[in-house]
Amino acid sequence: MRTATDVVCPFCGTLCDDIEVDVDDAEKICATRNACIIGDNKFMTAQAPDRHLHPRIRRGGELVESTMDEAINKAAEILVNAKHPLLYGWSSTHCEAQEAGMALAEGVGGTMDNTSVCCHGPSVLAIHTVGISSCTLGEIINRADIVLYWGCNPVNAHPRHMSRYSLYKRGFFTERGKSDRTEIVIDVRRTETAQKADIFLQPEQGRDYELMNALRVAFRGGPLPESVAGIPRAEIEKVAQMLKDGRFGILFFGMGLTMTRGKHRNIDIAISLTADLNTYTKFLIMAMRGHYNVAGADQVSLWECGFPYAVDFARGFPRYNPGESSATDILARKEADAALIIAADPGAHFPIDMVRTLASIPMIAIDPHVTPTTEIASVHIPSAIVGIEDAGSAYRMDNVPIRMRKVVEPPEGVLTDQEIIERIHRRVMELQGLEVPEVTAVKEPAEALAPSAFDDILQRAT
Amino acid sequence: MSEILVKNGYVYDPKNGVNGDVMDIAIRDDKIVDAVSPTAKVIDASGKVVMAGGIDIHAHIAGPKVNVGRNMRPEDKLFNTSKRGKMTRSGGGFSVPSVFETGYVYSRMGYTQANEAAMPPLLARHTHEEMADTPLIDQSAYTLLGNNWLVMEYIKRGEKDKLNAFVAWMLHATKGYCVKLVNPGGSEAWGWGMNCVNISDPVPYFDVMPSEIISGLAEANEALNLPTSIHLHANNLGHPGNYQTTLDSIKLLEGVLPRDGKIRDQVINFAHMQFHSYGGTTWKDFETEAQPIADSINKNKNMTVDVGFVTLDETTTMTADGPMEYYLHNTNHLKWANADIELETAAGVVPYIYSPKISVCGIQWAIGLELALLIDDPMQAFITTDHPNAGPFRRYPRIISWLMSNQARLDRLETLHKVVPDRVAIGGISRVFDFYDIAKMTRAGPARALGLGDMKGHLGVGADADVAIYNYNPKTMDPTTDPAGIEKTFKNTAYTIKGGDIVVIDGEVVSKGNKRTIWVDATNGSMDPAVLDDIEKKFVRFYSVTMNNYPVQDEYVARGLVVKPEVA
Repeated sequence: MRTATDVVCPFCGTLCDDIEVDVDDAEKICATRNACIIGDNKFMTAQAPDRHLHPRIRRGGELVESTMDEAINKAAEILVNAKHPLLYGWSSTHCEAQEAGMALAEGVGGTMDNTSVCCHGPSVLAIHTVGISSCTLGEIINRADIVLYWGCNPVNAHPRHMSRYSLYKRGFFTERGKSDRTEIVIDVRRTETAQKADIFLQPEQGRDYELMNALRVAFRGGPLPESVAGIPRAEIEKVAQMLKDGRFGILFFGMGLTMTRGKHRNIDIAISLTADLNTYTKFLIMAMRGHYNVAGADQVSLWECGFPYAVDFARGFPRYNPGESSATDILARKEADAALIIAADPGAHFPIDMVRTLASIPMIAIDPHVTPTTEIASVHIPSAIVGIEDAGSAYRMDNVPIRMRKVVEPPEGVLTDQEIIERIHRRVMELQGLEVPEVTAVKEPAEALAPSAFDDILQRAT
Repeated sequence: MSEILVKNGYVYDPKNGVNGDVMDIAIRDDKIVDAVSPTAKVIDASGKVVMAGGIDIHAHIAGPKVNVGRNMRPEDKLFNTSKRGKMTRSGGGFSVPSVFETGYVYSRMGYTQANEAAMPPLLARHTHEEMADTPLIDQSAYTLLGNNWLVMEYIKRGEKDKLNAFVAWMLHATKGYCVKLVNPGGSEAWGWGMNCVNISDPVPYFDVMPSEIISGLAEANEALNLPTSIHLHANNLGHPGNYQTTLDSIKLLEGVLPRDGKIRDQVINFAHMQFHSYGGTTWKDFETEAQPIADSINKNKNMTVDVGFVTLDETTTMTADGPMEYYLHNTNHLKWANADIELETAAGVVPYIYSPKISVCGIQWAIGLELALLIDDPMQAFITTDHPNAGPFRRYPRIISWLMSNQARLDRLETLHKVVPDRVAIGGISRVFDFYDIAKMTRAGPARALGLGDMKGHLGVGADADVAIYNYNPKTMDPTTDPAGIEKTFKNTAYTIKGGDIVVIDGEVVSKGNKRTIWVDATNGSMDPAVLDDIEKKFVRFYSVTMNNYPVQDEYVARGLVVKPEVA
């Protein structure tokens, strides 16, 4: 029996790096400490006996097991034969795999997109417009006395966020932890996060923008109507004064702002609101990123091509126009004629029309687990679980990079995301005649790829 | 074994006293050698200028704030994207290029090394990931220590040995190359929305003065005998009248000599001095004070500067000087990004348009050139734009054309705002630099200041085989009357050779290169356990990551080159 320490949890953007994992003599993970219930589950179920370990190729409508070489070859053929492949996901894998993915997307002239498109993509659009004044989470540990959660629910979505960083943790200038901080929650629902808040404001649904606007007016002492978004003027003015009077404030926001009415405009004004507050005090803002390395997917894309997500390489250079070049839009317009999905599960999370498109085109799914996405794929290649069976970089929600640790070896024959992508890319280059093909191409039997298996999947998923 | 012979070029190699002589340069593998066999590949450099590979001593080209700049400015890529080629990846960005673009543009200009001037320790891994991804050029990154809590505590308590050990630990943990101070004390004060404008303003709570941080870290730097001196982004950057703060900062280290005078002459490199040579009291009576600063540098041979020339472009400013960026945002009202880093530093990013029509921008342009021209020894003043703060690095060829031609400067001055000539001295400075001076300012000087003078920046036997060959015949062409020709020449080399590998031919990238990341290990293989205890306490109580997950793993510097200073 051995214990791995300082393990980094591959679940949410909180990216806790203090997990301890016990591994028995048979190399089975048998216990974790410090992780939240979700993180614990991630580790404890990693080696489940029913985990799928073999590549599968759809033949005659059924996914049947194949060799790795066959699956790699099939995947490469799908990409090479496509006019405009979509390479989507990337948020639950490490940056090294994402880099390999960028090279592949460029090589096949595809669109590279990550899950930002359905979480904090609007936040990114707002950053393009007004910038963002933020910090690392340790700054909040040590300084923050005003903590404002707006449209996010860390108690459920980021279970250790409040105890590790933002509320309960004692820091240098916040020696008494929670007692030194005022917790304000603004949410259209009375969430579990709201229940223990010092102040809770419940604006009317879809009126967050108006409330933020009202706060900005209140900062300047301007006139307000009797109530805004259902919140009485006195309440707004009281909260505005509290925000101004704090020593160091932070606004955390989640998909309650990014994916509700207003979208990126909500974030635009939230950022502007925090920028305003710096006239009176120190006030910063941070997005509660979901997938543990969605921030890294943005970062890698930025440094390699200059744009954070939704990058179209069809013309040989990066083009960026979210709303046109994002995965959801490409699928909505049925523009992609093939897809590679990795480290995300659009089959479960995308709007139904887009999932229908995905199911109707040749699609490669790379995922350690069987998911709704893998079951509508033409090729499924199971991969090692990053952070448990493979090491590499991930970026926390505050863009702090941490190296995910490898706790145990992946199951025999299971490759890492990076290896799979690189092998597909090498095969693609062979097919494109870019590299002297030393290995003769495996001739796959012609077959109808990916019949519409959607209804079948819906049943299995529910 | 590969061999190259660069024949009959006009060689400019200040370290070895070669000033335009026609010579052959022999290369075997990755080093310059005496002679090569007759089978060596021959490059005909007759009628061409041959220099060592260029070295950029100060640029922001990799890491978290650079990526913030990329994210914040999609418009920077408009009209500035490039297609993938046979050897090249696609990319884009004018003032904040993608990493591939960065490597290609530098290589085309004949540069073979560029150093990232500010690496926040907690985010060092990010900087290294970007550097590992940047092709063709050697790189290093400067570790930000000027606002570090433990540094300030040790200085406050006068615990010099512990400070030395901690600096060594940090350089090792971050795989950094030098001790960088950015607005010492001021960026910590920015944690509360405050600043340290002068070097005697105490840092809130920590109660040390910026002057003590500068002296303390300079002393630690010499005690560890690090290859380069401390690099200082002084307090009060970019404000009218700040030259007084700069002179105060210069005084701090007057007369102090480097521990080992053989590898370098300076104990401090002032970064982007242009931004610190401002007179006047407001932007209305803003004027140059380059003369007193240059006088002071001429007097103090133990100091170097990189200039930070303003190129009059639209660009993206980014610095670890958080309060300065907030100030700038309130000046130009463009978008503002800020990123405070726990216990260590801060950062800000704001776009900026240096418009030739605005008097202040014109004066800034002149101050940079004045500084360079008024400092007597080009070995003390290096060509930089503090990329991308005063302008993008791709404008170095244009700066060189200004430095080599008085006419070019006067022509530009004429197009600027009407008050500019009265507020600057550039119109009365007729000095022009020749290729020998340019080689000092871009090769020999930065290499020596970085403590890499034996390995880089020259073409003597044993040096790294980093060579730039430019299409310019100094015997038949006159740089003083041909600024456009000079700019064109320095934009695209005839050949760039990096580490013995031909990476650029006629402005085309032809290789994937053999880049390395250079870092310094000054730990001497041991650490004071008391210091480790202090560090551990910080991690247990105040950092948001564990101490074991903090140091940059060896995987990120797989192509690393470690410099280990000798301590007598």
